[in-house]
Amino acid sequence: MNNTSERSERYYTLYKENIKRISERSSPYLNSFREAAINEFNKLGIPTKKNESYRYTNLDTFFNAEYKSYFMPSASDFKKAEEFRCDVTDLDAHGIVLMNGFYPTLKDKMRKLPGGIWIGSMNEATDKFGDQIRKHYNKYINGNSDGLVHLNTAMACDGVFIYIPEGVVLTKPIQIINLVQSDEDIFNQHRSLIIAEKNSDVTVIVCDHTLSPNKFLTNGVTEIYVGENAHFEIIRVQNEHNNAGKITHTFMHQERNSYATSNNITLHGGLVRNSTHHFLGGEGAESKSFGLFLADKWQHVDNFVNVDHAFPKCTSNQLFKGVLDDMATGAFNGRIYVHKDAQGTVAYQKNNNILLTDDAKMDTKPQLEIYADDVKCSHGTTVGQLDDDALFYLQSRGIEKREARLMLMFGFAHEVIQNIKVEALRDRMDNLVMQRLKGELSRCAFCMVKCG
Amino acid sequence: MLIIKNLKAEINGKAILKGISLEVKAGEVHAIMGPNGSGKSTLAAVLAGRELVKVTEGSVTYFGKNLLEMPPEERSKEGIFLGFQYPIEIPGVSMVNFMKTAVNEHRKYMGLEPLSASDFLKMMREKKELVEIDSKLANRSVNEGFSGGEKKKNEIFQMAMLEPKLAILDETDSGLDIDALRIVANGVNKLKRPETSAIVITHYQRLLDFIVPDVVHVLYDGRIVKTAGKELALELEEKGYDWIKKEVDKKDMA
Repeated sequence: MNNTSERSERYYTLYKENIKRISERSSPYLNSFREAAINEFNKLGIPTKKNESYRYTNLDTFFNAEYKSYFMPSASDFKKAEEFRCDVTDLDAHGIVLMNGFYPTLKDKMRKLPGGIWIGSMNEATDKFGDQIRKHYNKYINGNSDGLVHLNTAMACDGVFIYIPEGVVLTKPIQIINLVQSDEDIFNQHRSLIIAEKNSDVTVIVCDHTLSPNKFLTNGVTEIYVGENAHFEIIRVQNEHNNAGKITHTFMHQERNSYATSNNITLHGGLVRNSTHHFLGGEGAESKSFGLFLADKWQHVDNFVNVDHAFPKCTSNQLFKGVLDDMATGAFNGRIYVHKDAQGTVAYQKNNNILLTDDAKMDTKPQLEIYADDVKCSHGTTVGQLDDDALFYLQSRGIEKREARLMLMFGFAHEVIQNIKVEALRDRMDNLVMQRLKGELSRCAFCMVKCG
Repeated sequence: MLIIKNLKAEINGKAILKGISLEVKAGEVHAIMGPNGSGKSTLAAVLAGRELVKVTEGSVTYFGKNLLEMPPEERSKEGIFLGFQYPIEIPGVSMVNFMKTAVNEHRKYMGLEPLSASDFLKMMREKKELVEIDSKLANRSVNEGFSGGEKKKNEIFQMAMLEPKLAILDETDSGLDIDALRIVANGVNKLKRPETSAIVITHYQRLLDFIVPDVVHVLYDGRIVKTAGKELALELEEKGYDWIKKEVDKKDMA
């Protein structure tokens, strides 16, 4: 048996040793998927570089490490979670905190927001929203060839559930704060489901933070259903430390004439892998997928995007940008799949990267598979340095070289940030990006909990 | 104000400027004309501090200081302004932020406090009117999506904001229709003070109908081959550059 399958075996053992505990704490409906999922995981294993979509990302350092398994939070975790305050003071949002993948309150596990929106614990929601969950849970990851998605289905106990009824427009965004905090090295998985029914309009902000310096690995899956004519926006902001591994899988299923955007902003993290899937499952659906990452030291950030044009007259747009310093590495893999019947498809993709040193490295791979003939498709990729002409232009107006470089990098990043509709968050992101570029942003810079 | 002595410069090992001498006194407007490829833009680039151009010989003295030793930003703060022939598009950097940073860097250099937000916006408004620039342009990214004429107007707008002592306008007239040309030239004239100078690099005489030079130089093959008053521009307009080329080539043969 070689090392890679031994590694997968270890996670299977973790499952076997803990499935009883997991099942006791989870709803029967979530449990009903576990066995099939672990079998699927056993077939696929932990992805290696042989797996085409992980070709540029080495998971070894995080998956080979030993973690103390973590299946239930303690009372002190709840306290930490309650103490946490997001310091984006102008951000007026409906907040939910997840601690190590759990919804950390004992009472009020489901909350009702204006317009009959429900937010709360995924595990808890299966009673109240049985029908909806049966309709959507685990429906949008089918056939996914990433073993980690199935490992999540097999073992995740909790996460966030959001239900937005038909026609409801929520003006304030919903903010999910994912905290990871422990005195031990932990591996945590959470599973979320967001259902945005027909004609609804909602924005969800997800913030990923680490609050203690231990080694962490997170493997999270979010399924999102965007109903006919609905507008949905999800923004993920990642600010974790260099000893944290973060793997996210977001699956968006879009119905006819729906509009959905995703935006992954990675400010900090040891190893980050975001895979974002947009399934355009009805005529006239439109998706936009944005991403920005700033990486330095030994950080590695990988964005994998998959846009599936299954119906005619759908539009998609991808814009991903990265700034890499020191010996940081990055990867972008953008897939556009246009099915045979998806005539009238319009699909764009752009990936631009700036390498600030000779040691930084970026691998970028567009992957277009087009089986329809009436299609407008384009993609463009650049990996380069800061533009000398632009630098000189700024300097010639009296701006010092250091400042001019910062302005150019900021401008480069702002092209992604400017797509955030929530003004307070957009300003805050601009601010954080600037701090990050100046080297002033530490992992604790916007966290109220003073740890280690 | 500016004394250039026997200036020689190359780009990627190719000699472009082959010994230029020129003196610009306070208050003067010099026009530099010449056929394509004669080195006009290279001269502008050397004066603004472009690293791409390597000076191999000669000196440039500006208010008694060695200009060639200063980085581009310092030259700007000392009052040199280059109006680009091809202004650069910088996506994601707003005009407001760009100009605010530039103006405040200049003020810091002069030992002044940064402008308050309201004073700065007031200044922007005034200068925008001066060059008849669409006020919406100021809210956009630097030159991004601007038309050719808008880009040139934007150069003059920046010049108005920075109030240089020596403006070097590199083919500011190229690509402009007659109305835009008039606006750009009017802007330059309105900004002219008795003690400020300008070097106007142009291919055609028509800009000099609006910005009247004191001296006209003809640059050919990296050298100034003729210097005269403003009537030289008219002569060039009428007869083209060929007669000058012939004159120079004949001299070289001899």
